[in-house]
Amino acid sequence: MNKKISVFLASAIGLLVVPLLAQQFGNGPVRIIDLALLYVLLALGLNIVVGYAGLLDLGYVAFYAVGAYMFALLGSSQLTDNFEALAAMFPQGMHLPIYVVIPLGALLAAVFGVLLGAPTLKLRGDYLAIVTLGFGEIIRVFLLNLQYPYNITNGPQGVGPIDGFKIFGVDLSKPLDVFGFTLPSVTLTYYLFLALVVLAVLICYRLENSRIGRAWMAIREDEIAAKAMGINTRNMKLLAFGMGATFGGVSGTLFASFQGFVTPEAFSLQESIMIVAMVVLGGIGHIPGVILGALLLAALPEVLRYAGGPLAEATGGRLDAAILRQLLVAMAMIGIMLARPRGLWPAPEHGKSAGSEKQ
Amino acid sequence: MTQGMSKALSESALALDVQGVSKRFGGLQALSDVSMQIRTGQVYGLIGPNGAGKTTFFNVITGLYTPDAGSFTLGGKAYKPQAVHQVAQAGIARTFQNIRLFSDMTALENVMVGRHVRTHSGLIGAVFRTAGFKAEEAAIKARSHELLDYVGIGHLAEYKARTLSYGDQRRLEIARALATEPKLIALDEPAAGMNATEKVVLRELIDRIRNDGRTILLIEHDVKLVMGLCDRVTVLDYGKPIAAGTPAEVQSNPQVIEAYLGAGHHA
Repeated sequence: MNKKISVFLASAIGLLVVPLLAQQFGNGPVRIIDLALLYVLLALGLNIVVGYAGLLDLGYVAFYAVGAYMFALLGSSQLTDNFEALAAMFPQGMHLPIYVVIPLGALLAAVFGVLLGAPTLKLRGDYLAIVTLGFGEIIRVFLLNLQYPYNITNGPQGVGPIDGFKIFGVDLSKPLDVFGFTLPSVTLTYYLFLALVVLAVLICYRLENSRIGRAWMAIREDEIAAKAMGINTRNMKLLAFGMGATFGGVSGTLFASFQGFVTPEAFSLQESIMIVAMVVLGGIGHIPGVILGALLLAALPEVLRYAGGPLAEATGGRLDAAILRQLLVAMAMIGIMLARPRGLWPAPEHGKSAGSEKQ
Repeated sequence: MTQGMSKALSESALALDVQGVSKRFGGLQALSDVSMQIRTGQVYGLIGPNGAGKTTFFNVITGLYTPDAGSFTLGGKAYKPQAVHQVAQAGIARTFQNIRLFSDMTALENVMVGRHVRTHSGLIGAVFRTAGFKAEEAAIKARSHELLDYVGIGHLAEYKARTLSYGDQRRLEIARALATEPKLIALDEPAAGMNATEKVVLRELIDRIRNDGRTILLIEHDVKLVMGLCDRVTVLDYGKPIAAGTPAEVQSNPQVIEAYLGAGHHA
């Protein structure tokens, strides 16, 4: 028990100190960590749908987009610029605070999750993947084209600038001085994201070990048997879609505020596939594995950016750095899946053979 | 059947009352006018040659097919499932001919899933770990351990279901079915693929479940098992009930012998 507490304290202090160390190298590394935390949140959300309920969702980025655009519209002058009635209602513009925006993003994404989940209830496996992939694209194309006849999303130009988050009067988009020590905006953002990731892990863990979580896993394992056990698979699947989407929506609002600017191109199919890859590569259905997968795949391209440059130089520019980077990411993924087909950190396997007694 | 016997039977309550059930698939009359009365505490056997309609009947009472005619009464209440998941809610639990466990979950978790239909905690309780949630979770766990012990695989609670031996998987399926507190347990060919030793163990288990006052509908190919175990038997042939009664009565019925062995084999 004592050991548990010390491990917990050590990791808590470690997580709090990380950005302070990273910011010694400038804002760049901290930004990478911030984005990686966003991906952890996304991967945890997708893990509910894919890992627990076993529903392969290739359009998950749609909920990310819904959350991001919701905050982009509520936290910028986009709507008041284009709709006079709204401008008259909010002369200073709509600048909603964080404790309104995040729950609102979660709720809106959950509604979308249920709406997009409902038509797919009878589909499984490949068919489900194709349909969700289509839904993801539909949302992106909508965002791309919702500028006529009324300019809602500003089309491919995107929406911005978007407000930074303010918590208790502290503006996260500005550096903060604490006892003569300056915390840059990216570090403040890190703490907000970290808090939400910790909350997400807690929620996921508690859901996993509950009646609801067991029902999801039963559906994943054998839907017919789950039904025969009296599980209302329709409601449980919708709940999984809704819960997963909630996480996506929250990440979306954070992303919009963090970047200060959103365009539809940030929510391409590529992103969806990346999030699925994080979940699968890390260890599907296993929270620590999913976190590891998300951190790795979010950070790897950035780290390889540094490796790609010198390699391109060494070959006299014949190898393009950006393409080389993609090649290396792909090779790393193939290598990992070959070496560890159940993911980097899969759920522990208890009881390999039932023949021998467990002590 | 004597007057006295039928009176004695009517004293125990009806678990499932089936009245005139028919089911047609295109040109095939899969079930025609099947009736049976299963009393509480009975093991009721349903046998018949291949294609006799046993599985169709099973699928009708477990909500997979809607019958064209006929009605059911389960535990004194009209029973008419609209969806498969309502069957367990109403009080019929089933096992599958080709075992369907949640193979990547532990034996204990499999049984805990069976408690789903008799428990209620939802999202809020799970996320906030309310007192009600914790109490219910503890009760689910305790009851599931009890049931694993009951079927004799308590020591395998932490093993993944897929790692269990064939006979143990069957027993786990029965424990999972018992977890739903059924009024009727429907076993679909539980002895299929079992060796002689496993069959003996299965027979003892079914016997024990009956002696604890539960009701079992046994659909089985293995005539020996059915005859040794059942209180009453109905024989289906081409979708029609051709005989019903105690195993001894059914066994000496010439129509049954003909159905199983063909005409000209009268003993």
